[in-house]
Amino acid sequence: MSSIVGYYSTPFGELWDKSLDDLFLEAATGIMNDLQIEMKQIDAIFFGNMLGGVVEKQLLLSAHLSELLDVNIPIYRAEAACASGGMAFHSAHEYLKSNPNKTVLVLGAEKMTDITASEITEALATAASHKEQSVGLTFPGVYALMAQVYLDTYGYSEEHLAAISVKNHAHGVLNDKAHFRRYVTIDNVLESPYVAYPLKVLDSSPISDGAAALIMTNDAQMIQNRKNVTILASETATDTISIAKRKRLDEVESTKVAGNNAFLKAKIKRTAIDVMEVHDCFSIAEILALEDLGFWKKGQGGKLAQEMVTHRDSGNNTIVNTSGGLKAAGHPVGSTGIKQIGEIYLQLTRQAQERQVKNALYGLAHNVGGSGGVAVVSILGI
Amino acid sequence: MFGIVDYGFYIPKYRIKIEDIANQWGKCADKVELSLRITEKAVAGTDEDVLTMAYEAASSFLSGDTKVKKQIGAVFVGSETFQYAVKPTATSLAEWLGLSHDYLAYDTQFACKAATGALISALGMVKSGDIDSALVCATDKANARPKDTLEYSAGSGANAWLVGHEKVIAEIVCWHSYSSDTPDFWRRAKSEFPSHAGRFTGTPAYFQHLGEAVKRLLHKTNTKPSDYHHVVFHMPNGSFPFKAARQLGFSQKQMEMGYVVPTLGNSYSASALMGLVAVLEVARPGDNILFASYGSGAGSDAIQMKITKHIDKKRKQFKNSILAKEYIDYATYTKFMNMK
Repeated sequence: MSSIVGYYSTPFGELWDKSLDDLFLEAATGIMNDLQIEMKQIDAIFFGNMLGGVVEKQLLLSAHLSELLDVNIPIYRAEAACASGGMAFHSAHEYLKSNPNKTVLVLGAEKMTDITASEITEALATAASHKEQSVGLTFPGVYALMAQVYLDTYGYSEEHLAAISVKNHAHGVLNDKAHFRRYVTIDNVLESPYVAYPLKVLDSSPISDGAAALIMTNDAQMIQNRKNVTILASETATDTISIAKRKRLDEVESTKVAGNNAFLKAKIKRTAIDVMEVHDCFSIAEILALEDLGFWKKGQGGKLAQEMVTHRDSGNNTIVNTSGGLKAAGHPVGSTGIKQIGEIYLQLTRQAQERQVKNALYGLAHNVGGSGGVAVVSILGI
Repeated sequence: MFGIVDYGFYIPKYRIKIEDIANQWGKCADKVELSLRITEKAVAGTDEDVLTMAYEAASSFLSGDTKVKKQIGAVFVGSETFQYAVKPTATSLAEWLGLSHDYLAYDTQFACKAATGALISALGMVKSGDIDSALVCATDKANARPKDTLEYSAGSGANAWLVGHEKVIAEIVCWHSYSSDTPDFWRRAKSEFPSHAGRFTGTPAYFQHLGEAVKRLLHKTNTKPSDYHHVVFHMPNGSFPFKAARQLGFSQKQMEMGYVVPTLGNSYSASALMGLVAVLEVARPGDNILFASYGSGAGSDAIQMKITKHIDKKRKQFKNSILAKEYIDYATYTKFMNMK
């Protein structure tokens, strides 16, 4: 079994004075300093990044990390759009399964605010089918179609979607690294301008800069005397790039497959999960995630979202997106999957401060690439 | 004593309501107005441009006075919407005004502080004794890409300033300029409309540069915010100057006389100086004025001025003059702005 022994995150937000290299360096040195680990103790680095080649015109980022950290160890990049961080974590987990007594640094970093909103939207859309891109479908457009199908099929309204943003903003207020630390109301969400009907600005996660880091290990000495969580499962699954070829638009098949496999591997029931970070790039995505992961029955998500049954103040057993989710904590796409795992690590090791969920023993992280072309579901336990 | 000897301004009579622009694009007008704190903006007519507006502003106080005209040894025009990429506006203006031909002329650009840098340069030339006086004009027929947030604020207007040493109405006591390579707003050569970097134009650009220029000027002059009767900051919209004032310790009362953006919009290089025009209508001898422009790219010129006893003879009617206006619709606006 592999364990996570530490987590570090930069603030998420519009970090205008930081380049992609600056973000990588801060996350890497931050976690090494916190854990008092030296680079020579690291056997490999896995990192997630989607847009370095577009925003900073930089590929071969492994060589950047080699230079920044003064190492010559293997460095592996994972690119799975918004699931790049989750895929880096998953890859590191697979590496540790076949390499005993190893310790790896897992990073996620994304620099998004150095180009215009239309340029970054276009860059993100490269993770959609090129045929669908060519007719003007952007990611807000894709998720808007999914939301329309969901609302029409099950008889819900935009108000049901808005509740997700209200809850996640309330959680984000308690996260000192979050991009947005302010409450929003249902009316605020409903009155915000449309991005793509029925999704509005406040249904949508922001464009953020940020980086996050984890130390993962299967070395007993490294684990000893450090706050650690065990990785019970990390599973990934895929689906068509084209949404026109999906069987249904009111669910994400890759999430269902990865989720089912993860629970089989982890050998725990869904009811055991205390905290979850799910991929709420748009409000509709969190509803679909909770249904597809098997926590809510298909079609009940709108009602349960409106009841805010996963709010930290709900008194219920499973709290979702304590970090604020992508919506409030921010969404530097390559970092998000690492931040999700990190948030679960903080919760399970009782380091989540004001947003700590009491007695949390098991947590789940769900990271999606594109509109569901890739999903990574990981389950951690204490 | 060196400083401003006389001044003039020109605001075209046409106005478009922010509501009409918002309606054009299906936006909620109330929210736009609340966010930008602008209700309408001045628009130059189809036969007006930066030269005609600069001429109107300068000729309003330079007509017929040949002695003053002959003493002008420099003519500078600051704008970011010059009609020509190559051909000075300053010489055309000087010719139209009937100045002598013994003057140094050039056009200046530095986004919305194109003219205040020239004002400081003119002050230095007058102080050195190389010239007797200088005419500095700020003029813009500010444009914005249709549907861009800038479209709600970009307005038209011009003002003109005679810098000299005799019968100074506003002594320029001290100045400080703060600049850095910060690309928050730009217009590439041959591009019709400017581009901007959204919220980047705020904290690291406007607030950083204007804030530092003001703080360093206060330090240089050993003054504090409460020492000033009137404060004028560049007005790209209605909220930025008040936010900057709060950050720097100035009150709303100190700002209110020069706060002209809600009904005129942002006439780019003429914007902050139009606030100064408004202040000069009411300022009393002995009043201290703190003025700070901001130009994207980026820089801010902070200037301390002191009003003298000569102000009364040169005071201009500003508030009443801008009440004469004619509203236009969005279609007429596109025609006046020559939008294709």
